[in-house]
Amino acid sequence: MAATTTPDHISRQLGSTPKATLLDMLAKMLLGRRFEEKCAEMYALQNIGGFCHLYIGQEAVAVGALSTLRPDDAIFTSYRDHVHAIVKGCDPGRVMAELFGRRDGVSKGKGGSMHLFDRQVGLYGGHAIVGGHIPLATGVAFASKYQQTDRVTLCFFGEAAVNIGAFHESLNMAALWKLPCIYIVENNRYGMGTSIERASAIYDVAARASAYDMASETVDGMDVLAVRDCVGRAVERVRSEHAPTLIEARCYRFMGHSMSDPVHGHYRTKEEVEEQKLQDPIKAYFGRLLAAGLIDQNGLLELDREARETVERAIRFAEASPEPSADDLYADVYAEPYGPFRKSEA
Amino acid sequence: MPLITYRDALNQALREELRRDPNVFLMGEEVGVYQGAYKVSKDLLQEFGERRIIDTPITEEGFTGVGIGAAMVGLRPVIEMMTWNFSLLAMDQIINGAAKLLYMSGGQFSIPIVVRGPGGAAHQLAAQHSQSIESWYAHVPGLKVVAPSTPYDAKGLLKSAIRDNDPVIFFEGETLYGSKGEVPAEEYTIPIGVADIKRQGTDVTLVAWSKMVMVAMKAAEQLAAEGISCEIVDPRSLRPFDNAPILASIAKTNRCVIVEEGWPYAGLGAQIAYQIQQSAFDDLDAPVTRVTGADVPMPYARNLEHLAMPSPASVVAAVREVLYRS
Ligand SMILES: Cc1ncc(C[n+]2csc(CCOP(=O)(O)OP(=O)(O)O)c2C)c(N)n1
Repeated sequence: MAATTTPDHISRQLGSTPKATLLDMLAKMLLGRRFEEKCAEMYALQNIGGFCHLYIGQEAVAVGALSTLRPDDAIFTSYRDHVHAIVKGCDPGRVMAELFGRRDGVSKGKGGSMHLFDRQVGLYGGHAIVGGHIPLATGVAFASKYQQTDRVTLCFFGEAAVNIGAFHESLNMAALWKLPCIYIVENNRYGMGTSIERASAIYDVAARASAYDMASETVDGMDVLAVRDCVGRAVERVRSEHAPTLIEARCYRFMGHSMSDPVHGHYRTKEEVEEQKLQDPIKAYFGRLLAAGLIDQNGLLELDREARETVERAIRFAEASPEPSADDLYADVYAEPYGPFRKSEA
Repeated sequence: MPLITYRDALNQALREELRRDPNVFLMGEEVGVYQGAYKVSKDLLQEFGERRIIDTPITEEGFTGVGIGAAMVGLRPVIEMMTWNFSLLAMDQIINGAAKLLYMSGGQFSIPIVVRGPGGAAHQLAAQHSQSIESWYAHVPGLKVVAPSTPYDAKGLLKSAIRDNDPVIFFEGETLYGSKGEVPAEEYTIPIGVADIKRQGTDVTLVAWSKMVMVAMKAAEQLAAEGISCEIVDPRSLRPFDNAPILASIAKTNRCVIVEEGWPYAGLGAQIAYQIQQSAFDDLDAPVTRVTGADVPMPYARNLEHLAMPSPASVVAAVREVLYRS
């Protein structure tokens, strides 16, 4: 069932997607990029603590995939979650406040970089156990079927997660029960410092779907239009036929695994990273829009200026937000308070 | 009042809650067509159909996670573990997922799920099928843990657990399923976090839950013949834990024996003993004593299995010890 998206998606998408959407996708990729560059800065200044995994280089996957969803559709993602969150509709200021560990953060400062949650926009969390969220996403899809809604759930994870049992258990149930779930593997080739060749018995991630007779597709994850095309078709299929899909988006991360790593480390060469950077998904996409006459250099600068301003505002919002109070320590352990446990204020 | 089995009491609770709330569903291995490995879900498939009584593949981590995900959007899953031994495969979902989602989402996602099934040793099932791991779960903030000892408690507590908005770990006693007790025909619930005095007495307080209540009862009968009066307090909920009735009982008896099927090291009994010495030190006439399972994987041989489990005789011996009569 595996298919691969061919270059005609470019003309197809450029032709059928409203200009506003096309430009909005560029704006979101830029915002994601600027936001994370600022994260790196804030991490160095120790305004952001803990682990901080940047998504730079992979923006086309989140932006392309999420451009196909309705606002009420649900997404799950791993700890590399800042860009998914913002693109799904989280307020960048509240995301930054979360990274700062402040009370106005999307998770009230309790989650941090790896655990961004925003129920209102359909963000069902960044999750930090590799593959641990795949059953949860499958469960939300199960609930859509149970409640007979046509809501779709998108579940993002890295290629290293496909070797986890939870992945296989989930795909088996999703296929068996025809659950409206789309699994998007962001294959950036490395799980921390282990290349896929050193961790997976087969290279072709999408092929794993055949074990469950599930539809699958491999897509160029550096190409936002290809991702939009591919995920868009999967979304249609899952809404109409309840057929889950496994999508492998081949991409690359330009930064280290997390902020505590160097960009390349011992597991990949500097040359490889530099070569991949030539495929920058934002530059490539801008080039296409330019060629199609949809934007010019000034238009790009304008979008970039807006992105930078949004990030500056986010920083100011985060800085101004208070730390959680000591009282919040025991809040939200239980929905129904008892003993020292209480609920947080709305 | 009708006299019914523990198994049927649980079945009634499930049936009533499935009828009451369309968001409740039961999921697990063999819960439907086979009617439950221990027949707790007898006839439920017939009444509620495949949409709500869901047979799963053998995939404890997967289906527990599916339940937790479904609970994130307001369904109220009851997940059956064929036995708690297999829940070890689902612990990531329960502990890293269910117990933490509300907290790390800043209060956005409560998880109204019940994970239930038989725990503890049965008869010669050996090491991988005879474990009392309730203290593992009771250790975790975000979980509630319940372990009823009678059909009455089982029904009332399961109904409360299903209505509860937090994840509830519900331990049933594998060898209690056939035990009988009075269960009213009319609707009732038992609040989670409230202990019950299972036997009134004046000389010593026995704290026991689940199957160990039976063991404590037998010991108490034997001791009564010698003129020693035991009070038995069953916490019923292991988290939240209702300390007050235990303290009140100790104020009366001045002595305490904790009876626990699980292992001694870092077990729940250690926590209870700590709570007692913190709050009732001045009431104690003897150190608190624990009777626990032996600190070994459960052996298969019948004689060794008996040696590894708390027995009425070992409880009697412990009582004599705290009364300085050994
Ligand atoms: C179950 C588990 N084991 C190990 C880790 C530590 N760890 C965090 S990220 C990571 C690599 C995962 O790589 P991948 O799934 O490909 O995602 P990527 O980081 O490339 O986005 C590892 C080993 C973890 N978080 N969870």
